[in-house]
Amino acid sequence: MKNKAWLFLIPTLVLVAINAFIPMMTVVNYSFFNLYSGSTPEFVGLQNYYDLFRDPFFHSALWRQLVFSIAVLVVQIPLGIAIAACMPKKGIGVTISLVLLGFPLLIPHNVVGIIWRLFTQDNIGIVPTVLAWFGYTYNVAMSPVDAPLTIFVCDVWHWTPLIALLSFAGMQAIPDAFYQAAKIDGASTWKTFRYVTLPKMRNVLTIGILLRFMDSFKIYDEPMTITGGGPGSSTTFLNIFVARKAESYDLGYAGAVSIVYLLIVMVVSYLFFQVLSRVGKGGADK
Amino acid sequence: MWHSYEAGKKKGWFKPKEECPDDSYCVTDLNIKWENGSANALLGPSGCGKTTLLNVISGLLKPTRGKVLFDGKDVTALSPEERHIAQVFQFPVTYESMDVFQNLSFPLKNDGWAAAKIDARVKEIIALLDMGEIAHRSMAKLTPADKQKVSLGRGLVRPNTAAVLLDEPLTVIDPKQQWDLRRRLRQVQRQLKLTMIYVTHDQHEALTFADNITVMSLGQISQTGTPEELHSNPANPFIGFFIGSPGMNLLDCALRGDELDFGGFTIPAAQNIKVKVAGCGGSCKLGIRPESVEVAFTPKKDWPEFTLLTVENMGAYKVLTLESGSRRIKSRIPENAAVTEGAKLWVRFPEEQVKIFKDDVRIDG
Repeated sequence: MKNKAWLFLIPTLVLVAINAFIPMMTVVNYSFFNLYSGSTPEFVGLQNYYDLFRDPFFHSALWRQLVFSIAVLVVQIPLGIAIAACMPKKGIGVTISLVLLGFPLLIPHNVVGIIWRLFTQDNIGIVPTVLAWFGYTYNVAMSPVDAPLTIFVCDVWHWTPLIALLSFAGMQAIPDAFYQAAKIDGASTWKTFRYVTLPKMRNVLTIGILLRFMDSFKIYDEPMTITGGGPGSSTTFLNIFVARKAESYDLGYAGAVSIVYLLIVMVVSYLFFQVLSRVGKGGADK
Repeated sequence: MWHSYEAGKKKGWFKPKEECPDDSYCVTDLNIKWENGSANALLGPSGCGKTTLLNVISGLLKPTRGKVLFDGKDVTALSPEERHIAQVFQFPVTYESMDVFQNLSFPLKNDGWAAAKIDARVKEIIALLDMGEIAHRSMAKLTPADKQKVSLGRGLVRPNTAAVLLDEPLTVIDPKQQWDLRRRLRQVQRQLKLTMIYVTHDQHEALTFADNITVMSLGQISQTGTPEELHSNPANPFIGFFIGSPGMNLLDCALRGDELDFGGFTIPAAQNIKVKVAGCGGSCKLGIRPESVEVAFTPKKDWPEFTLLTVENMGAYKVLTLESGSRRIKSRIPENAAVTEGAKLWVRFPEEQVKIFKDDVRIDG
């Protein structure tokens, strides 16, 4: 054997196979069967996929998911950059803001969900109480507007710090000379940000956007703990939709949903990556 | 028209808050003038305050005390832009989301020029720096040397640029292109009669680029002069050692009767040297350039004997390290001279080439 390096990769490949590839192939396999727990599997070909693409509940979950993830990016990315830009650049202030920003990131998803459930609980939570002062009757358990908005605000609270931390690290890595040159060239604050800071943060922001997109696309714990997917289906995001299908023991159909879900995440993430890694790079080569 | 930069006269001239927590100053008491249209170098070892001084001149740093004058007008409170100063940094600083043309037009756009005027001016600069082929290339595809040209061009593009400050601009550029870029810089300087201040720690760069060199050491100015002056008339031992390759031999000596005693060997003292050494208490530091040390391969009267320790062949010449007792000196001889390590040699210090220093100050000539 010429290339001995492969030998050393075998343990990793075996682990990946056991952990990821084999379970995934099992799911692919399931998706071609009419499979209820306890019954004999019946091969149905693409029937599950066919049903799925005609399922109005799937359409609305997918649509809701896309709106949610796009809103997450639209709000969290600029907000995170703005927070990073306003952070102190040296001294004790840096440590304090890093700790404060890092704090939400340390809390597990379901704990965040429970905290927000307590915040928003009718009668005892602070959110309905405060909003009532302003004459707004807030009810996360009843209102199909309040519920998704609550999940969204909760996600912004939980994950904007990640973007802020990434952006801060990216900004700190820009040498002073670039800002000095911009000063000499008479660039305004906005132009300095637009032509010095932002292009230099491209890589860091690409990572941030990808992470936030993939993560928000897979959101599960927060809606599960805060609203349980309701009221109605107003917070039934894709992940919850899949879980519901599996809970109802329609495993073949749940398998098909999982595969489609995975493909969507992969394709969209790939597109994002392609677009973002091109922005600002070859602009002048047209 | 001529203008000058004058910088403060008080002790403790510049003190950055963060970098010097104690009472030390990065640049102290100095007064320096640069004339309009001249090519100048600011030379000194790393950490001597060159970059600090440069940033004070450009306005990126505010001096703790003192003034920067421009044509006699106090500009200390003005921003770099208002001073019309261009700066080229150690590594290429360009706007990477723009191409060469856009980079060059950026300062003019910020100044609110009309598009047609910008176009004409940028084309002039592109022609001047010979960048026609790469005018619409993006920054990611340029070599460091070309990027450095772009940052120079951004400095030149404003027609009212008063001075171009270059902070070790060739550090990240490979040697062959360094030579090319330095020549181009010199050419642009002459053509546009620009005032350039070139900061470097490389004496070779300074000597080949500038008409006027200011040598700094430990936050102070050691000497200002033409390359020839610095080489043949160093004001202190630091300049003697810093300029020249190898640096000047500096030897402590004491006057004993008619001889200078170097603590390992002695040489007869000429009358004028004797007077000067006696005048400063009988002991001093004697400096002689390696190329001035005369070497003989046979014993001569009054020439002390040395042992040849090492020979470094530099191609065009050889550098010999000679030892007598614990004293070592260097000598530079023609490349074709046959010498073997360990041999005995006899040397002479021609009196007209000898410099005498006392307490780091030149006392002869």
